[in-house]
Amino acid sequence: MNFDLTEERQMLQDTLRRYLRDKYTTSVRNRILGSEAGMSGNIWGELAELGVLGALFTEAQGGFGGAGFDIAVVFEELGRAGVVEPVLDSALMGGRLLAAAGKSDMVEEVIAGALHMAVAHGEPGGRYDMDHVQTQAEGDTLSGRKAVVMNAEAADHLIVWARDGDGIGLFLVAQGAPGLTVQGYPLLAGGRAGEVTLDKTPAEPLGLTLGDYETVNNLALVAISAEALGAMETATHLTKDYLMTRKQFGRPIGTFQALAHRMADLLIELEQVRSAVINAAGNLDAQDCDLHLSATKNLIGRAGRLVAEEAIQMHGGIAMTQEYELAHIAKRIIMADHRFGDTDYHLERFIALSAA
Amino acid sequence: MDLSYTPEELAFQDELRAFLRDELPLEIADKVRTGRGLDKADMERWHAILNARGWLAQNWPRAFGGAEWSAVQRHIYDVEAAAASAPRIVPFGLSMLGPVLQTFGSKEQQDHWLPRILDGSDWWCQGYSEPGAGSDLASLKTRAVRDGDHYVVNGQKTWTTLGQHANMIFCLVRTDPDVKQQEGISFLLIDMNTPGVEVRPIILMDGSPEVNEVWFTDVKVPVENLVGEENKGWTYAKYLLTHERTGLGGVGASQAALAAVKRLARAENHNGKPLLQNPHFAARVAQVEIDMRAMATSNLRIVSQAAAGGAPGLEASMLKVKGSMIRQEINDLARRAAGPYAMPFASEAVEGANDMIPDPLNAGPVAAQYFNNRKLSIFGGSNEIQRGIIAKVTMGGGV
Repeated sequence: MNFDLTEERQMLQDTLRRYLRDKYTTSVRNRILGSEAGMSGNIWGELAELGVLGALFTEAQGGFGGAGFDIAVVFEELGRAGVVEPVLDSALMGGRLLAAAGKSDMVEEVIAGALHMAVAHGEPGGRYDMDHVQTQAEGDTLSGRKAVVMNAEAADHLIVWARDGDGIGLFLVAQGAPGLTVQGYPLLAGGRAGEVTLDKTPAEPLGLTLGDYETVNNLALVAISAEALGAMETATHLTKDYLMTRKQFGRPIGTFQALAHRMADLLIELEQVRSAVINAAGNLDAQDCDLHLSATKNLIGRAGRLVAEEAIQMHGGIAMTQEYELAHIAKRIIMADHRFGDTDYHLERFIALSAA
Repeated sequence: MDLSYTPEELAFQDELRAFLRDELPLEIADKVRTGRGLDKADMERWHAILNARGWLAQNWPRAFGGAEWSAVQRHIYDVEAAAASAPRIVPFGLSMLGPVLQTFGSKEQQDHWLPRILDGSDWWCQGYSEPGAGSDLASLKTRAVRDGDHYVVNGQKTWTTLGQHANMIFCLVRTDPDVKQQEGISFLLIDMNTPGVEVRPIILMDGSPEVNEVWFTDVKVPVENLVGEENKGWTYAKYLLTHERTGLGGVGASQAALAAVKRLARAENHNGKPLLQNPHFAARVAQVEIDMRAMATSNLRIVSQAAAGGAPGLEASMLKVKGSMIRQEINDLARRAAGPYAMPFASEAVEGANDMIPDPLNAGPVAAQYFNNRKLSIFGGSNEIQRGIIAKVTMGGGV
């Protein structure tokens, strides 16, 4: 057993942490949040240049990482800084699906920061159910509607799930294709998504299996969990500092035992979360990978709610204000529960897999 | 012990339902039901409708133009109004300042200010908290110095809810800095159109411009705007906070919010079945409903006691803590129920913002409300302060 990061991953973590600390300040991010695009092209380009996007791919795919712990390192730092750029959806999920389909030219462009992707899976009324797909493939076209598709407007291509005969297939759809409409909107925790409708829209089958998709979905679960971990680190750090500096009744409020013990509980939960992310990232190739991933996502959902709510409560009113760092971070933590299955979804899946 | 309503109370309930059906404007109820922001005109319009019926000042004595409702009548209103999606009555003039003036104000102050609260001539806001004085309210620093027939006020208030609509603010100010903190505070009524008053909005995490900072620079306030005696303001403030807290059980609002969660969870969006049939989600809903039923009875017990023997202290704190926890749990269920459609941004306070969410469930801004209602356990004396009061009253210890 060894819980140290490799030298390469340590360097990646240091570089990314330093870059985001210097460049991705609260005021920079608030400007990005207020912008029409909801993300920064400059930041995206610099993340590519730093090799952050490349770290999400294996050497065979043209990157220099791609394993669970590479992804965990990157997303923990993105979460710590509350980054809203669509690294998870555009680069990780979009790029890795392209790689699985053998689209190496496009993968190269993704790694270079020159190509944006979106993955259109969920449908209205489907909630987190992966099998709820009613979008229909007919010949070389797709028709249907996709719900809350991340990065749908900025994407150069969309990867769309559709029913194809008896099974489900994944298809590549170009932005601007006939019959494709994207109704975009901002998200509460930053970034943009859209409702996607397809009406006999030309599409290219990617020849991917359900197993290929599940592999990428598992990477996404590691990523969102690590992102939540990073955000929880920031939330606990801000809260600890506040408790030590904010004075009421003539003394720092952290010296009141009622608050000190609750702060201690947050630190205990944070270590639970850190271990849960390690369990997920380290078991991607295990036989019982799904069990590990559901355990992690369920724990993240429970601990995340506690950390976000307690951090706000112990700060008081200041944490409710948009311009304070914690407000954004708390939103990132809570809204992570709404992606790839929430706390209850993964509790049920854990129960089902445990019983099997 | 009898849990059923009397024939008079049932008749009152019928009368109230008919009133809400006939008089509550549909467009206003629609905004409340879908979580869209109410503008100033909406709130003033609803106040005027209630006032025309004599039902605006529900807890005021008849002598002051109030309805003088019993605790049970107020409970019935609370439940029926929330179920009908009526706007909440803006509390600053009616529930907060009104009772203070009736108890501690001069005859002239009562005659002048109380009718203006009823007819909407004045919109009051509350000047209590300061950047350095939140939970420790008695450490407030806004200074008022007597200068002939005026006080000159300098300082800053914060978290001033709906201060952007207000023309009047009741403030706690320090008039004697040389005595024990609680003994140097006075209760002052300040016209916000006086030179030197500046209101700056604070945008909350859900995007709503609900609260403000209010700055005072050499603001001249006539001495007749002092309520009660100089340096006795802390007594009046505590009285007011108790009145504020008795409303914070929020039974009606929680019942309406839970009904909305159930509506949302009846949609067939969970593996083709209603989420409400899912055992995990159903258990969460049932637990909060069980808590809410007990809390509703606690609320009635406590408010009835208060009606018989003055303002409750300990029990008001208990209601505030439990009521806020229940409401926040319901808000959490609502965001869970919406699933991925909880993610789009639409502020409760930005008019028309909801229309851009193409949510087939029509969930409304559930996540924004979840975040916004974190305030329930922070404002009006945080839940930590309430627990401190409960512990101190029970065991005599400190905070």
